[in-house]
Amino acid sequence: MKKLTALLISVVMVVSLCACGNAAANTASDSNADAQASEGTTVKAGFICLHDENSTYDLNFINAAKEACDSMGIEYVIKTNIPEGQECADAAMELADEGCNFVFADSFGHEDYMIEAAKEYPEVQFAHATGTKAHTEGLENFHNAFASIYEGRYLAGIAAGMKLNEMIDAGEITADQAKIGYIGAYTYAEVISGYTSFFLGARSVCPSATMEVTFTGSWYDETAEKEGANTLIKNGCVLISQHADSMGAPTACETAGVPNVSYNGSTASVAPNTFIVSSRINWAPYFEYAIGCMQSGTAIATDWVGTIATGSVCLTEFGDTVAEGTADAVEAAKADIEAGKVHPFDITTFTVEGKQLDSYEADVDTDADYTPDHDVVVDGYFNESGEEFRSAPYFDVRIDGITLLDEQY
Amino acid sequence: MKTNNKEPLFHVVRRDDMSRKKAWTIRGIALVAALIVCALITTALTGDNPLSVYATIVSGAFGSNRKTWVTFQNLSVLLIISLALTPAFRMKFWNCGGEGQVLIGGLASAATMILLDGKLPNVLVIIIMITSSILAGAIWGLIPALFKAIWNTNETLSTLMMNYIATQLVAFYTVVWENPKGSGKIGIINQNSCVGWLPEIGNKYFLSVLVAIVITVILYIYLYYGKHGYEVCVVGESERTARYVGIKVEKVIIRTMVLSGALCGVAGLLLVGGINHTITTTIAGGQGFTAIMVAWLAKFNPITMIFTSFLIIFLDRGAGEIATVFELNKSFSDIITGIILFFIIGCEFFISYKVVFNSKNAKEERK
Repeated sequence: MKKLTALLISVVMVVSLCACGNAAANTASDSNADAQASEGTTVKAGFICLHDENSTYDLNFINAAKEACDSMGIEYVIKTNIPEGQECADAAMELADEGCNFVFADSFGHEDYMIEAAKEYPEVQFAHATGTKAHTEGLENFHNAFASIYEGRYLAGIAAGMKLNEMIDAGEITADQAKIGYIGAYTYAEVISGYTSFFLGARSVCPSATMEVTFTGSWYDETAEKEGANTLIKNGCVLISQHADSMGAPTACETAGVPNVSYNGSTASVAPNTFIVSSRINWAPYFEYAIGCMQSGTAIATDWVGTIATGSVCLTEFGDTVAEGTADAVEAAKADIEAGKVHPFDITTFTVEGKQLDSYEADVDTDADYTPDHDVVVDGYFNESGEEFRSAPYFDVRIDGITLLDEQY
Repeated sequence: MKTNNKEPLFHVVRRDDMSRKKAWTIRGIALVAALIVCALITTALTGDNPLSVYATIVSGAFGSNRKTWVTFQNLSVLLIISLALTPAFRMKFWNCGGEGQVLIGGLASAATMILLDGKLPNVLVIIIMITSSILAGAIWGLIPALFKAIWNTNETLSTLMMNYIATQLVAFYTVVWENPKGSGKIGIINQNSCVGWLPEIGNKYFLSVLVAIVITVILYIYLYYGKHGYEVCVVGESERTARYVGIKVEKVIIRTMVLSGALCGVAGLLLVGGINHTITTTIAGGQGFTAIMVAWLAKFNPITMIFTSFLIIFLDRGAGEIATVFELNKSFSDIITGIILFFIIGCEFFISYKVVFNSKNAKEERK
């Protein structure tokens, strides 16, 4: 017992020594950070990622963070595998302690914890991808960012439609059999917005196209995504796309020989014979914008939406199986979207329960009761990620032509 | 004819005679050996200086005031769960349901916070929250105990199965309470009103530490100086002896498992009401299972458990820091943690058993 006590005391002493020494170092770095912030020039960036580079979603952020920071010549720290809990707030505050004055988190569930950190560190700028709360939270140092990825999905949809047309022309399927399958994560607006714009893109070139959607209830579940793809193929879907982060669906498509339109980045490596194209968000322009704002001492936008013009919405290289003339068709549509001639969510191109959607109250200001609060149909189109609303998607309309196989998630 | 009676090279003998000093020396040697192996692997695989890797592990756990507090907070939660399993383990009732008992306690907390927000004063909400999560954990412990006491079912299986039920219940209510719709996330509950948030004592990390200290002391007294603790031990040694001396075995099983579950419920309460303020299916983070190892390593002694849970948390916090500082994948830090744990668990073998090499003399003796 005596020995145990001695051991206990020594451990406590060592620990308190560590704590004291570091506390002193800590305050030093704090004042350092203050000095930097007031000058408004030197930025040290901290990034918080849900997983590591093994997830296509996080890899996309990590690459962009490195690219932006290296090109701007600033110091940065990347923390990976940070869960969507208090760990995120702790990680964000640790980064602030270490002198980061720009802290960014990549996953939707990080948002509330970033807000907690933002409240405690008013001098540090916190930014968050895909979040919905910056415009209602009223914090000057908390920002949301997203991209008009529905435009990218629309373009990817055109590539899918061209492929369907090629199959119809070759007599492989009849026009009525042009059914697309889609694996979504949740019945969340971001997913609904994604598959609807993809479908509208496909239908703009292949008018007989229909779609079936199934949900996995997870952003990353390789087995469920694979199974989902197999079910859809069994149901007669002749082309598959997905909004989930694993290689499950592309792999299943490669095995079954069904063409696949991907997301987050090229999946040609696992599906060389069936990969058509992938849309993705390039986050480097946002990082360059936000860090640039801090360097010049201007405020970062509360909600920032990257577009085709900012280089945030991109398509990867086309795969080998792509239909002839796709590149030209996509280029033409891209030019039309940029010129404002085409809106992916033009209300004349779809119906809801047989009727045109002349007005729609969306839940833009997030609340527990999902109260609709803004009419988002403007000038004849559904104004997704609109400037006066918020950056994250709120298109959650179930349009005609798309069948949801299950809605429990 | 020559019979080829080949003796094995060595055999293993149990020993109970090792002095405490010798045992700790063996543990020390194991730790040093583990560090050397880790150093070799680190240098071979990454070319980084192993000493700076170790320094990073320490700074990951204690590198700043905040890091130190988070380390102690995490240590406290793991310790509470390990302590919760201990009474059952001392009874040789293998409670593998810590994960589920923590989750269901957390779910009860979350439900109280969500459903009673704005309906009752905050103090009342917190009191109901504490009661309901302890009750929920206790019920999750009671169910397998009843099955064991009445029908002598295998508790390892039934407690494990209860984990899945708890996870699925949390998954179900996540969809019911998700915000915004379809996101599959509840987010921080009552973020602006803070209804149902357990009060901060000093800073937001200290509450868990305080609860852990209180539970450690009480459980130590309960197990070593109380009648209940004695009964638990007797039932664990032999049910028949227990019956013979007049202990109601069924009653002890049920009582102990209710205690075990209730303490897990406290951990769930702290995780949801004190730390994360949300509920997810992964909020317990596998600690219900890690706690089994922690309790075993400590030989079910609550005081030793402080050190074993410290070891696990220290390595875990350090591992995360290695991944960040050296830009190595998390898998690398998992390898380091794995090696250290392997040596530390492995050395317990040499403390409990000795290896006897079969020399010729031994053979002759046996003849």
